[in-house]
Amino acid sequence: MTVLFGQLFTGISIGAVLLLIALGLALTFGQMNVINMAHGEFIMAGAYTTYVLQQSITGAGLSLVVALPVAFVVAGAMGVLLEILLIRRLYARPLDTLLVTWGVSLMLQQLARDIFGSPNVQTRAPEILTGNVALPGGLTIANNRLFILALALAAVAALTLALRLTPLGRRIRAVVQNRDLAAVSGIATSRVDRTTFFVGSGLAGLAGVALTLLGPIGPTMGTNLIIDAFLVVVVGGIGQLKGSVIVAFALGVLQATGEYLTTLSVAKVIVFVAIVAFLQWRPQGLFTLRTRSLA
Amino acid sequence: MSDERLDGLSVRDVRVSFDGFTAVDGVSLEVPAGDIRFLIGPNGAGKTTLVDAITGLVRATGSVRFGDEELLGRAVHRISRLGIGRTFQTSSVFEELSVLQNLDIAAGARRGWATLARRRRGIPDEVAAALETIGLAGRAEHLAGTLAHGQKQWLEIGMLLVQDARLLLLDEPVAGMSHEERDATGALLETVSRDRTVVVIEHDMDFLRRFARSVTVLHAGRVLSEGTVAQVQADPRVQEVYLGHPVDAGSAPTGREA
Amino acid sequence: MTAVTPAPPGTAVDPAPAGVLPPGRSPGRSRLRTAAGFAFGAALLFAVAPLVLSDFRLALLAKYLCVAMVAVGIGIAWGRGGMLTLGQGVFFGLGGYAMAMHLKLADAGPGGMPDFMQLYGQLDELPLWWRPFASPWFALPATVLLPMAVAFGLGSLVFRRRVRGAYFAILSQALAAAMVILLIGQQGTTGGTNGLTDIKGFFGYDLDDPVNQRMVYFIIAGTLLALLALTRQLIHSRYGELLVAVRDGEERVRFLGYDPATVKLVAYVVAAGMAGLAGALFVPAVGIISPALIGIVPSIEFVIGVAVGGRATLLGPVLGAVAVAWARTALSERFPGTWTYLQGLLFVVVVAFLPGGLASLWALARRRDDGAEPAPRGWSVLGRRRAGRTEVPAA
Repeated sequence: MTVLFGQLFTGISIGAVLLLIALGLALTFGQMNVINMAHGEFIMAGAYTTYVLQQSITGAGLSLVVALPVAFVVAGAMGVLLEILLIRRLYARPLDTLLVTWGVSLMLQQLARDIFGSPNVQTRAPEILTGNVALPGGLTIANNRLFILALALAAVAALTLALRLTPLGRRIRAVVQNRDLAAVSGIATSRVDRTTFFVGSGLAGLAGVALTLLGPIGPTMGTNLIIDAFLVVVVGGIGQLKGSVIVAFALGVLQATGEYLTTLSVAKVIVFVAIVAFLQWRPQGLFTLRTRSLA
Repeated sequence: MSDERLDGLSVRDVRVSFDGFTAVDGVSLEVPAGDIRFLIGPNGAGKTTLVDAITGLVRATGSVRFGDEELLGRAVHRISRLGIGRTFQTSSVFEELSVLQNLDIAAGARRGWATLARRRRGIPDEVAAALETIGLAGRAEHLAGTLAHGQKQWLEIGMLLVQDARLLLLDEPVAGMSHEERDATGALLETVSRDRTVVVIEHDMDFLRRFARSVTVLHAGRVLSEGTVAQVQADPRVQEVYLGHPVDAGSAPTGREA
Repeated sequence: MTAVTPAPPGTAVDPAPAGVLPPGRSPGRSRLRTAAGFAFGAALLFAVAPLVLSDFRLALLAKYLCVAMVAVGIGIAWGRGGMLTLGQGVFFGLGGYAMAMHLKLADAGPGGMPDFMQLYGQLDELPLWWRPFASPWFALPATVLLPMAVAFGLGSLVFRRRVRGAYFAILSQALAAAMVILLIGQQGTTGGTNGLTDIKGFFGYDLDDPVNQRMVYFIIAGTLLALLALTRQLIHSRYGELLVAVRDGEERVRFLGYDPATVKLVAYVVAAGMAGLAGALFVPAVGIISPALIGIVPSIEFVIGVAVGGRATLLGPVLGAVAVAWARTALSERFPGTWTYLQGLLFVVVVAFLPGGLASLWALARRRDDGAEPAPRGWSVLGRRRAGRTEVPAA
């Protein structure tokens, strides 16, 4: 029971990281139909930002607190740069953005290797996050996982509120639902796109900070995560955040329980089969904006 | 094709709704065999959605029969194989293929794998005939993407002909065409309707007056009026929908004599 | 058709000339050109390459040609069918593992177990699912049929539910990820990260012998030529035209009475079969198959060669794949970091700015030659659409 509970909570925290990554992808894919494979390297950028900050700010707790906004801005700025330099030119060709950004991701990985070296590096976690919270019944929850969950939920809440309440959020939703109509209504769609890219990439930076609490940092840390995160978007459906939220946690828990019952490798296959089966039922994902169109 | 059976279209109490919004709200209409029926109505009246329902693109309740066959509930390509063909508001020919290839593909839905695996030799008879009918015989080898707008529309109609469609559903076929092209398209419809049933969605009233044999007016998902061009023009409800108030026949959009 | 319109719509506005084929494109000449092209390719692969290349280089070329076979398949699925498949490594791997399992069992002799299984020492006897691969009558067909079956299973599920575009690309990539993790996880029976290595014999021939390596090269070159001939037939058949139509207008094809899912499925399964065959031949050529050769990264590297050469052409994928693989060997030995940057840059530049690949440059140059002769009206004026963009030939 305690083991199963531990696995479950591990799954939830994996889901939380996936969610942070997938939120950004859902935003950019939903709004601009862009598949950004370099999103994984924005995660890496966030993680290395934490590492660099820890070199100068010795207090692990303080450096983590500083790392969150800095990583957000660093990753966000990288995203905006990518949008301006390349993605803007490829809006009508989603499959090509996938390949182009894959090329960018290769270059960024090599850049990280050249700067930080190929071997993984490690950051120190603040003491407050190394312990456990004891629950009644002998169950425990690791503090760092609890922190990651809180971070992801805070990000979802902030994003939801921003989309609902701020003028910018309204513009983003307008562009997602009907780009042409939004443009002729006087919305500067290209500026909205850039902002979305900033926020989406920044969230990947936050995911990178969170990942430093779970394990080592390396140049290729984004590659596997990005695929899982894209699966979250595919299964969750685009245009609404709640799909990503539900699916990220479901995927994390499925993966963790699958691992508990079988092995890591078999669990991966189970997850893949489950996704294909799910798409038989809902090929457009869990939630989707329904419109009348030929596609 | 003269030995083909000529069938009519029978639509009974068809309803389509999207997330609570009812786009088609209990439409019934009969299009007799060999008719050229025009579907008109203001934007949002449900014209295209009705055609979507008939061709299986959206789910609908009620009944749509063509000849003896019930269409609702079948897959798009199955409905197509029953002899129902349609065009879209935006032309959707295969731009990277030649005119000839476009027609050959349209003609081939019943081909077996053995035929598909082989190269096309020469021009199939029905394709050659369609090339003549739509006036593109001289352009057979051109890529469809290089055709003028009007020619693309004719190619689409040609594709329906070789597809052996016995019911043609055309969505705004003359939109964006010049006067000459409209005339030619109208003549084409008259030729085609000799052994087929044709339904046209159109906003162009001049075109309608010249080529419609019967008209159905849709409004807010329901049939508002039906009859000959003259009958529909005289219907005060139609005038109200189009102009917001009943007016004398002289100034309604369908009322002016050509 | 019983009647012809009295005034065909075209006559008023269409003074099109009768001869619209550009010079040099008559079917007879094109067939001649193809035959000449194949003869040239065969001479290059069978006579020139073995003469001028050292055994080492020839073995490398054999490896590149295997990659080229995968590329031919991707050219069909992606270039012609619009299905960006980022998981061809899975099919390459299935073919490779099927072949390697058979060769390992043959090396071990009747009743023997592959060396690595004894090394890990947890198994007393051969796992059940390894046993059929002892027979070449099972293993050889399996190298092609196994990948085709997996592609059929996945394809029929996703295409029928209209999962396509980016969704399909991501799923195919996820399949590659899952397969690699599965192979690594089942170390005791799959060799784990190391894969199946140290393969010594190929149906009784010693693979260390250079003469036999040459034989393997000739088999690979011949297979590639055969696949090219097959592909040429496929893309010029009615099915090939239909496949392009599905790529450009899936819904429209549906309204013409076809089921696009079936059309796509065939192309996907054929591409998988080619990748499987390539994997099977890769094993005797290189002597190893491992997860690192079939995962996410190699799968997407298969695609880059196709993009560089020209995804929608017959030869583009082959030449692009060989060129990229060659550049990789040449550069990564000396400057490993530089190659990664270059490879990334290649993705960016080719896909973003030259989506038709190098083949589109070739086509442009050829049309410039044609321009010397009086081109028919309506051809040169309107330009020609290829690979998604309109190119207007130089005046």
